[in-house]
Amino acid sequence: MEMNEKAILQFVDLDISFRTNAGVVHAIRGVNLDLQKGETVAIVGESGSGKSVTVKAAVGLLDGNATINSGQILYRLREDDGSERVVDLLALSKRELRRTINGRRIAMVFQDPMTSLDPTMTIGKQIMEGILLHKKVDKATAYARALELLELVGITHAEKRMKNYPHQLSGGMRQRVVIAIALASDPDILICDEPTTALDVTIQARILELIKDIQSRMGLSVIYITHDLGVVAKVADYVNVMYAGRIIEVGNVNEIFYEPKHPYTWGLLAAMPDLETDDDRLASIPGSPPNLLHEPVGDAFAPRNAYALKIDEKAEPPMFKVSETHYAATWLLHPSAPAVEMPPELKARLERARKEAEKYL
Amino acid sequence: MSKYILKRIGLALLTLFLIIFMLFVLVRIMPGNPFPSERMSAEQIANKRAEMGLDDPILVQFGRYLVGLAHGDFGKGTSLYYGAPIKTVLGQCIKNSFKIGGIAILMGTAVGLLLGITAALNKGTFIDGFCTVFSILGVCVPGYVFLIFLQYFLSYKVQLFPYFFDTSRFLYSSVLPATSLSLFTMSTVARFTRNEMVEVMDSDYVHLAESKGMYGSTLVLRHILRNALIPIVTVLAPLVVDLLTGALVIEKIYGINGIGKLMVDAIAGEGVDYNYVLALGILYSALYIGIMLAVDILYGVLDPRIRVATHRGEGREG
Amino acid sequence: MMADATAYVPTAEDFEFLEGRDITTDKNFASMSYWKGVAIHFLRNRRAMAGLVIVGAIVVLAIFGPILSPYGYRDIVSYVDEAGKEVVAKGISPQLGLGGDGPFADKMFLFGTDALGRDLWTRTWQGARVSLLIAFVTIFIDMIIGMSYGLISGYFGGAVDNIMQRIVEIANSIPRLVIVSVLAIFMPKGIGLVIVALLLTEWIGMSKIARAEMLRIKEQEYVLASRTLGAHSMHIIFTQILPNTIGPIITQMMFSIPTAIFTEAFLSFVGVGIMLPQCSIGSLIESGFNNITTLPYQILAPIVVLALQMLGFNFIGDGFREALAPKLEDM
Repeated sequence: MEMNEKAILQFVDLDISFRTNAGVVHAIRGVNLDLQKGETVAIVGESGSGKSVTVKAAVGLLDGNATINSGQILYRLREDDGSERVVDLLALSKRELRRTINGRRIAMVFQDPMTSLDPTMTIGKQIMEGILLHKKVDKATAYARALELLELVGITHAEKRMKNYPHQLSGGMRQRVVIAIALASDPDILICDEPTTALDVTIQARILELIKDIQSRMGLSVIYITHDLGVVAKVADYVNVMYAGRIIEVGNVNEIFYEPKHPYTWGLLAAMPDLETDDDRLASIPGSPPNLLHEPVGDAFAPRNAYALKIDEKAEPPMFKVSETHYAATWLLHPSAPAVEMPPELKARLERARKEAEKYL
Repeated sequence: MSKYILKRIGLALLTLFLIIFMLFVLVRIMPGNPFPSERMSAEQIANKRAEMGLDDPILVQFGRYLVGLAHGDFGKGTSLYYGAPIKTVLGQCIKNSFKIGGIAILMGTAVGLLLGITAALNKGTFIDGFCTVFSILGVCVPGYVFLIFLQYFLSYKVQLFPYFFDTSRFLYSSVLPATSLSLFTMSTVARFTRNEMVEVMDSDYVHLAESKGMYGSTLVLRHILRNALIPIVTVLAPLVVDLLTGALVIEKIYGINGIGKLMVDAIAGEGVDYNYVLALGILYSALYIGIMLAVDILYGVLDPRIRVATHRGEGREG
Repeated sequence: MMADATAYVPTAEDFEFLEGRDITTDKNFASMSYWKGVAIHFLRNRRAMAGLVIVGAIVVLAIFGPILSPYGYRDIVSYVDEAGKEVVAKGISPQLGLGGDGPFADKMFLFGTDALGRDLWTRTWQGARVSLLIAFVTIFIDMIIGMSYGLISGYFGGAVDNIMQRIVEIANSIPRLVIVSVLAIFMPKGIGLVIVALLLTEWIGMSKIARAEMLRIKEQEYVLASRTLGAHSMHIIFTQILPNTIGPIITQMMFSIPTAIFTEAFLSFVGVGIMLPQCSIGSLIESGFNNITTLPYQILAPIVVLALQMLGFNFIGDGFREALAPKLEDM
C-alpha cells in the first residue's frame, strides 16, 4: 500500500454515512489527513462537522448504523523486531483491530471524564486491565506499572487511589486517570477527543501541559479534536479545519492562525474571544452547519459565506495550494476569482497576536 | 454501608407498622357487621362481638391483634373456612404459592436475561426482532390468557398436562401455571436487559475499554453485563409484585390452593371475610415492602457508588 | 492533496459575488417550534402511527359497533317458531349470515353468540367501550390529582414537600391488591370499585413526574426571572411550569391507560369488577373462559381486542417518549 513516507497515520479519501430514521446522513465526505511521527495534528470544527467520526473510524468505534463507503486509513505498523509494514485499519476485522491496534498502538482520551470510566470498577483495575491485555506480565508487575502511570499523570497518593472508584475522584483527576489508561500499553498515537472541554478552565491548562509533557517524553504522535482554537494554538503543529464532513483548510499552526485563506477559518478566528479587540460585539458565523441528510450542492459553506461566489452554488471547490503545507478549499483562491482579503478587523487582530507571540520567541 | 442498611430496615418496619394500623382500623370501622346476620340472632351477634372483643376501644383491639401477630396468630375467618385458624390455612397456601411463584420468578428472570443479552449482542438481527416481538406480546397479553390457552390445548385437547392443579404431582402440574406466570417477568426482563445493554454498549466507558483493546466475552463480562444488570435489579421488585397479582387469576383458573385464590375467595364470594382480608393485606404488604427493601440493599451492594457513599469525600484535586 | 478535478468547468461569470442574499437568518432550524418538532418526530415514527391507527379503530368500533348493531348487547336473539315456541340463538359460532341450514343461517354473527344467545360482536364492542371509558375517565382524574399533588409538593419544597413525599412513599408501599381488597369491604362490587381502585393508585406515578419536572424547571432562569418580577406562585405554576410538564405527563397517561385496562380486565375476571348483565373486556374473557370447552371461539374476540388496546397505547406512549426526548441518532 502506498503511504506518505513520513506519515505514521494517513486518512485517504474517507467517506462515511449513517443510516438514521430520517434517512442517510453523509457525515464524512472525502477526508484526507496526515499525521507524522512525533507531531501533533489538530482537527477543528463546529459540532457535527464530522471530526469525531473521522477518528472513531480509525479506532473501530463507529456506531452500528455507520457505513464506510470508501477510503482507507493507513497505519505504519512497527513490529517488535523493528520491521515495518503498512496496514489499512478499515480492512482489519474488529477482533484484529482490538488485538493489534487499540491500546497497544493507538489509544484514545475521551471528552467527558465523568462518563468515560467504568463506574463499577476501581481505577487501579481499569489501568491494569490494559497492561495485562497487551503485555505478557504478571499481576504484580502490572500493578507496579499502573502505580507508576498514576504518578506520571500527576496523581498524588497513587497507592490509595488505585482502590478508588471513579465517582470518588474529581473531573480533573478522572481525566488524568483516563490518560494513564491510554498510556498503559505504550501506544504510538494518542487521539484526544475534546479532552478538556468538560473541565474547568484552570484544569484545562494543566491537562494540556500534561499531555504535551508526556508526548515529548514518550515520543507520541497526537491527534487533537477540538472546537477551541485556543487549545489548538497551545498544542498543535498542524491544523485541519473541518466543515460539513470535509477538511476545508489545512496548514501549519502559523499559516492557519496568521494567514488563513478560507472564509470559514476567518469566521472561526474572529469568533475567538479576545480581550484586546475594541469591538465589543462577539463575532460569530451566521447560520448553522448544513444538515447532511441532504447532500450539499456546491460549496457547503456558501449559504453562510459573506464572500460566496456564483460558482459556490454550482461546484464544490477543490483544495487549492497556498504553500507546500497550506491548502484551502475555497473558490476565492481560483486564479479567476476576485481578490478578497480577510476582514480588516481580523487582519489587525491577527497582526497584533503575531507581534505578541514574537515577543516571547 | 451497615448504617445505610439499618436505616432502610428501620424505615421499612415503620412503614409496615403504619400500614398494618391503617388496615386494621379500616377493617374494624367498617359499617355493618362481619357475621352473616341471617344465620344469627341479634343476641348471638352481640355475644360473638363481646367474645371477640369487638366492643373494646380500637387501640386496645389493635394492641391485642399485634400481640397475636407476634405469635403468628391472625385469628379466625369470619365466613371462610369457618372455625379453622387463619394461620393454618395460610401456611398451606403460602407453601403452594411460593413454590410456583419461585419457579416463575427464576424461570422468568433467567430466560429473560438470556434473551435480552442475546438480543443486545445481536442488535438489529433476527434474534433481536424476535426478542422485541416476544416482549411486546408478553406485555400486551396477560399471563392468565396464556394459561387459558395452554390449559385448553395442552390439557383439554391433548391431555399432556393435568387440567387442574394436583398437589400429589407438584412439579408436573406446576409447568403450565409457572410458565404462564413467568411470561410477563420474562418479557419485561428481556426488554429491559436488551435496552440497558444497548445503552451501556454505547457508553463512553465501554468505548474506552474497547479503545484499550478489550473485545468479545471479556468486554461483555467485565464492563457491559455488570453495569447493565445493576438497574435490572430495580425492575425486578415491581415484577415480583406484579407476579403476586398475576398469581391471583392463575391460581383461580388452575385451581391452586394458594394465597391468591384465598384472596379471591375472601373478597369475591358472597360476603367479604374481614379477617382474611386483614391477614392477607398484611401478608401482601409485608412481602411487598420486604422485596423493595431487599432490592434496595442489593442495589447498594452491587453499585459501588452507593456502597462507598458513606465514606467518600476524601481529598479532591482542584 | 489536490482533490479530483471537478467535472464542472467554471466560466468567468462564475467568479462574481452572489448578491442579494440574507445570510443572517438560519434556514436549517428556521422557525421550527418545539411542539412542531415533537409532532413531526411523532408522525414519522411508524410504530406510533400503527398504535394510533389501532387505538383509533378500536375507539371508532367501540362507539359505533353497539349503535350500528341490530341487537342490543343485553338482548337475547331469538324468534318464535310456528309452534309458538321460542328458539334462542345459543352458542352460534362466528358466521356471516349468508344463508344455509338452521333457523339463524341468514343472520350475521361476526364473533358468534354466547351460551345465552347474545350477539358477541355487540357485546365485545360494548365491553371495549366500558373498558376505554373507565380507563380514560380514571386516568384523566388521576392526572389532575397527581399533577396537582406533584406540582404543589415540588413547588413549595421544604417541609411541605417532605411530608407530602412521606405520604406518597407509604401510599406506594401498599400493593394495589390490598387496596382493592379493603375497598371490597366498603363498596359493592362493580364498576365503582374498579374506578376507585384505579383512582387510588394511578395518581402516584403522575405526581412523581410532575414533581420532578417542577423541581427541574423551578430553578431555571426564566422562572427565577418571573419570580424576581414578583409573579405570584399560582401564576407561575399555570403560565410557566404547566406547559412544560405536559409532555411527560401525556406520555405517562399513555402508559397508564393500558394499566387501567389491564386492571379492569383483571378485577372483572376475578369477580369484583363489572357485574352481569353489564359487560367489559374482563367479564367477557371470564365468561369465555367459563365456556371454553363448549364454545371455545367465545374467548377470542375480547382477548384480541384487549391485546390490541395494550399494543396500541404502548406504541403511542413509546412514540411520545421518543418524540419528546429524541436521541441524536434518530434525528
